[in-house]
Amino acid sequence: KSAAMDTESTYSGYSHYSGHSKKAHRQGRDRHKSPRSKDGSRSEKSVTIQAPPAEPLLGNDASRAEEGQDDNWGETTTAITGTSEHSISQEDIARISKDLEDSVGLDCKRYLGLTVAAVLGLLVFFTPIAFILLPQILWRDDLEPCGTVCEGLFISVAFKLLILLIGTWALFFRQPKADIPRVFVFRALLLVLIFLFVFSYWLFYGVRILDSKDTNYQGIVQYAVSLVDALLFIHYLAIVLLELRQLQPMFTVKVVRSTDGESRYYSLGHLSIQRAALVVLENYYRDFTVYNPALLTASKSRAAKHMAGLKVYNVDGPGNNASGQSRAMIAAAARRRDSSHNELYYEEADHERRVKKRRARLVVAVEEAFTHIKRLQAEEQQKAPGEMMDPREAAQAIFPSMARALQKYLRTTRQQQYHSMESILQHLSFCITNNMTPKAFLERYLNPGPTLQYDRDRWFSKQWTLVSEEAVTSGLQDGIVFVLKCLDFSLVVNVKKIPFIKLSEEFIDPKSHKFVLRLQSETSV
Amino acid sequence: PAFLLFFSFQQRIEIHKLRQGDNLILGFSIGGGIDQDPTQNPFSEDKTDKGIYVTRVTEGGPAEVAGLQIGDKIMQVNGWDMTMVTHDQARKRLTKRNEEVVRLLVTRQSLQKAVQQSMMS
Repeated sequence: KSAAMDTESTYSGYSHYSGHSKKAHRQGRDRHKSPRSKDGSRSEKSVTIQAPPAEPLLGNDASRAEEGQDDNWGETTTAITGTSEHSISQEDIARISKDLEDSVGLDCKRYLGLTVAAVLGLLVFFTPIAFILLPQILWRDDLEPCGTVCEGLFISVAFKLLILLIGTWALFFRQPKADIPRVFVFRALLLVLIFLFVFSYWLFYGVRILDSKDTNYQGIVQYAVSLVDALLFIHYLAIVLLELRQLQPMFTVKVVRSTDGESRYYSLGHLSIQRAALVVLENYYRDFTVYNPALLTASKSRAAKHMAGLKVYNVDGPGNNASGQSRAMIAAAARRRDSSHNELYYEEADHERRVKKRRARLVVAVEEAFTHIKRLQAEEQQKAPGEMMDPREAAQAIFPSMARALQKYLRTTRQQQYHSMESILQHLSFCITNNMTPKAFLERYLNPGPTLQYDRDRWFSKQWTLVSEEAVTSGLQDGIVFVLKCLDFSLVVNVKKIPFIKLSEEFIDPKSHKFVLRLQSETSV
Repeated sequence: PAFLLFFSFQQRIEIHKLRQGDNLILGFSIGGGIDQDPTQNPFSEDKTDKGIYVTRVTEGGPAEVAGLQIGDKIMQVNGWDMTMVTHDQARKRLTKRNEEVVRLLVTRQSLQKAVQQSMMS
C-alpha cells in the first residue's frame, strides 16, 4: 500500500513539474515551491498536490488542493534538499549575462562624456591666464607699462576665476546617479556653446594679438577680463537651464505598477522624458511597497478556472471562425453562473481573520520577550559583571521566544523570503540598542515596506528599460505615456499638465458680517 | 400607467366667528408672511412662496365647519389681499373686532389621477 502511495505521489510530482514550466516565469524563481512536491511524499500528514485544473492527472483522484502556498509546509518538512537552494533558473542566467554586457557598454559612454567635459573645463579655466601671460612671455620688452589699472584687473580676474571654480565645483562635480540612454541635451548644448565661445576668443586672440604683437597690455588684460565675465554669465545660464528651470512644478505624473495596481502621484517640472523617468524611479524605491511575486498567484488561478471547461462545437458545418469562437467562449463564460466571486469573498475574509489572529499572537509574544530585557544603568554595570550582555547577545537570548510566532506571521503574509534570521537578529539588536518598544521593532514586519528597506538581491528590479513612443530627450507634454520596464513588472507613467488656475480676489469687509433670525411663527386666530 | 396631476382649486369660504368670552375666534392657525422664512413652510409647493397658509384647524371650530382645510393658502380676506402681507398684518386682518363674518378666498392643491391612455388615444 505504501508503495502504491509512493508511485501515486511520484506521478503527481511529474504533473506538478510540467504544469510548473508552463506557468509564468515568476513562479520558477520561487525556490521554496520546487521541493514541496518531493517533501509532500515524505510527510505523513497530507499529500498536497498542486495541479492546474485543465491538465488530466494519471488516474489520480486524490484531493485537489487549493492553488497557492500551504502554510504548514514548513512544519512538516524534515529537510530541504540542497539543490533547490543553489539551483539557478533560466531567467537568472539570462539576467546575469544581460547585466554584464550592459554595464560594459554604458560605462564607456559615461567616461567618455566625463573626460570631454573635464578637458574642456581645464582648457576654459586656463585660457584667461594664458591670455594674460603669453604677451609677458613672448614680447615683454615691447609692452607698454601698465600700472594700477592692470593690477586691479589682475586681482579681479583672479577672484572671478576663483568664484568660477567654486561655482563649477558646486554645480557640476557630482557623482553621476544613473546611466541614462541618451545624452542630456542641455548639457551637450552648453558644452558646445562653451567650446565655440572659447574657440572664437582664441581665434581672435591669435589673429589680432599674437600675430601683430599688440603692445597695449591694458587692452589685452581687459580682453581676458571680458572672457572671464562672459564665462561667469555662461555659468549663470547653466544654472538656469540645468537646475532652475525644472524646479517649478508643471506636470503631475501618475505612476502605476502593472502587477498589482499600486499607484502614486508626483509633481515634476519641465524635464525630458529620461530625466522624468529617473525621478520616478528614485521615488519608486522610496514610496512603493516592495514587489512580492508570492502575492500575485491567486488571481491567475481564478481566471483560469473561470474559462476552463468550455468547449466550442461548430454545429453549422465547417468553417474555422477563430475570433467568433473565442468571442462565443467569452460570452458563455461571462454568462456562466459560477460562484468564483463567492470563493474570492470567503477566501479573503478567511485570510484576513487568519492574518489578524497571527498578528495578535506575534504582538503578544514580542511584548513578552521584550520584558525579559532590562537596560543596565552605568552604576549597575559594576555590580553585576557576570550577567552582562551586549545587544547582539541579548537579541540572541530573546529571539527564540518570538521566533515561531514571527515565522508564522511572515508566512501568512507571504513575506518570509524578505527576512532572513540573520537580518531579524540584527534588527532586534538594533532595536534593543536604541531603546525601541516592541511595536517599533514590529513595524518592519507587520506591513511590507518600501523596496529600499530590503536586501538588494530581493529587489527584483535593478535594471530598467524606458519604453516610449516619443524621443526620450524630448520634454514632457500633457498626455505622454511611457513605461519603465524591468524583468518582472513595469511601471506605467501617465503625464498630465497641471491646470491653469484662474484666481480672483474678493474683499469682504469684516463689518459686513450681519445676521438675522429666520422666523416661522404660527398664530392662531 | 397612470400619472398624477396637481390642480389648484380656488374656493370661497365664509366663516362665522365664534364668541368665546371677550374674543371672537375663527378656529385655525396661520403661518407665513413676507417677513417669515418661506423655506420652512411644509404646505407650500414653491418654497419661495411667502403667502399665508393655514397650518392647523381646530376640530369642531368655525373654520372646520365652513370647510377650511389645513394647507390652504389664503389669497383674500374680505377683499383684502393676503399674498403680500406680513404675518402680523394677516393676523390683524383676520381678527378685526367689529367683523363677525369673514369671507376668505383660498387656494387648495388637490390630487387627481389621470390615465395616460386617455391622453394618448
